Amino acid sequence: MSQTLDVGVKPPARDERVVQRSLLSRLLTRPEVGALLGAIVIYVVFFIVAPPFRDLDSLSTILYVSSTYGIPAVAVALLMIGGEFDLSAGVAVTSAALVASMFSWQFSANMWVGVFVALVVALAIGFINGYLVVKTGIPSFLVTLGTFFMIRGLNLAVTKLITGNVGTNDVSNIQGFNSAKKVFASTFTVGGVTIQITLLWWILFVAVATWILLRTHWGNWIFAVGGSAPSSRAVGVPVNWVKIGLFMAVGLMCWFTGMHILFAFNTVQSGIGLGNEFIYIVAAVVGGCLLTGGYGSVIGAAIGAFIFGMTNQGIVYAGWNPDWFYFFLGALLLGAILLNNWVRKRAEAMR
Amino acid sequence: MTTTGPELETPQRGNGAPLVRLTEAGKHYGNIIALSGINLEVSGSEVTCVLGDNGAGKSTLIKIIAGLHQHDEGTYEVEGQPVRFNSPREALDHGIATVYQDLAVVPLMPVWRNFFLGNEIRKGLRLDIEQMKATTKQDMLDMGIDLRDVDQPIGTLSGGERQCVAISRAVHFGAKVLILDEPTAALGVKQSGVVLRYIINARERGLGVIFITHNPHHAFPVGDRFMLLKRGRSIGYYKKNEVTREELTGLMAGGAELEELSHELQQGGGAAAEAAHVLEAEVHELGIGSETPGGGQ
Repeated sequence: MSQTLDVGVKPPARDERVVQRSLLSRLLTRPEVGALLGAIVIYVVFFIVAPPFRDLDSLSTILYVSSTYGIPAVAVALLMIGGEFDLSAGVAVTSAALVASMFSWQFSANMWVGVFVALVVALAIGFINGYLVVKTGIPSFLVTLGTFFMIRGLNLAVTKLITGNVGTNDVSNIQGFNSAKKVFASTFTVGGVTIQITLLWWILFVAVATWILLRTHWGNWIFAVGGSAPSSRAVGVPVNWVKIGLFMAVGLMCWFTGMHILFAFNTVQSGIGLGNEFIYIVAAVVGGCLLTGGYGSVIGAAIGAFIFGMTNQGIVYAGWNPDWFYFFLGALLLGAILLNNWVRKRAEAMR
Repeated sequence: MTTTGPELETPQRGNGAPLVRLTEAGKHYGNIIALSGINLEVSGSEVTCVLGDNGAGKSTLIKIIAGLHQHDEGTYEVEGQPVRFNSPREALDHGIATVYQDLAVVPLMPVWRNFFLGNEIRKGLRLDIEQMKATTKQDMLDMGIDLRDVDQPIGTLSGGERQCVAISRAVHFGAKVLILDEPTAALGVKQSGVVLRYIINARERGLGVIFITHNPHHAFPVGDRFMLLKRGRSIGYYKKNEVTREELTGLMAGGAELEELSHELQQGGGAAAEAAHVLEAEVHELGIGSETPGGGQ
């Protein structure tokens, strides 16, 4: 999508000093190209070593797993381009699911009311993170590390306080559950292959986020506050609001993922989600987002999440000892990042 | 002098007040007096140069005018109206644009995105990329810079070119007063010349320019008024016909300080003493001994 957007808007008069760059070289300067090559390599490796990997059903499963990580990674990538981190994203997903579930159960309310309350809570978490970061000037890594632990504690403590248990009650009999499940956690079949609806949502979110990033003034501001916040402020960009908005976007995507978990499993364990924040960040970094901000792409983050999904499932399909799972995962991710870096350096040299 | 500016840009400025006027303005940071008793004015088609060494208070002065800080003493008027800006945005809305030393550009972003940052042209929700690129290209051409590719990251341009993008951006968005913070400090001779040409260019378009520099050789050819700052105070305010380049250089260098420096060097003996002689000769040549020419102090 983004490739086609960049081509065709060149100034009409060609300048003789600019060598007409080939399509390949223009492609290579895009942030997501390293991740794309990495994804192809990993795909080919598993395709060769793991016969079950070749099934379309397997691909569907991989895409499903990728989407559950890829949806929060959409917002995490935008936030990273805007120059900030959110370590509380993993447990915020759980919070959203817990809030929706417990609210509807305790107040015997329609499921959709719980879903809406969870949305408010998730956006509030994002707002608080963002507000603390811009008002205190403390690096977001530290601020969200703090809120991460606080939310983790709240998830467990409040759940135990309300349900007397570490998990929530089954909400599948509550009014509105079925319609909500249709939106957040249904499946459909195309040509005999079962596809989860999260995949469609993921594609939609990636498309919308990419459009915002490259085609609206908000996208311009996101790149600018990540690239140089003082410069952006000096030319009148509302830096603080852009950052708070990005943290709230992370809250929004966490809410969506939380709703999927709730309606896919009917109950929520208060301890899940730990460590997922790193996977979102890794997906964004593998996808070409600069850790320091100001550069990156949402499509890249989607490819990064796909790499994670492939590795996650591929090891199972290949029949490798699952004890080694995290080792392989780490090695593959490191490899993808190195490849990404190498490609980017080559691409910059070509410019 | 204050009414020499052409009225074409701002017909409502009927009272003939200068675009920017500071009267006895001052600024404290806690118990440190950063600036005090500053009088300064800029009208349309006029370049006011603010000269001073490091730590003289130049940065504080522009921060007040640009709306980053507020003055604690005196008054600050824009077109005769007393103002107190809470943000650079407010100053911009009054037509006061600042081009900072770091230029307020985002190096990784393309030239055209930088040019329109904060003032993007939109078609509904969408950016009008076509037009923004064309405008950037044309405006830079008007300034005499033929950009190869407005899509290249601005970080890949030379210092002078970046400077010109920042200046033409300010002019494009309707600046009436341009504040240039040491625009020539990091540039070579040729590029400095290019920037000085734009300053004259901006003056001819009817803009008021406040040109901050520590180089009298850059200030003298383009300036209409000169203010010298030292330790947060004004040590001289001249119109062009009241001062010569040599006097300006002398004031800037601080004749007394140069003599002191030469004494210091003399005590070292040998090669240092030789250097001291050179310095002394220079002080002599500039005619700046211990006393400064009329108008100062």
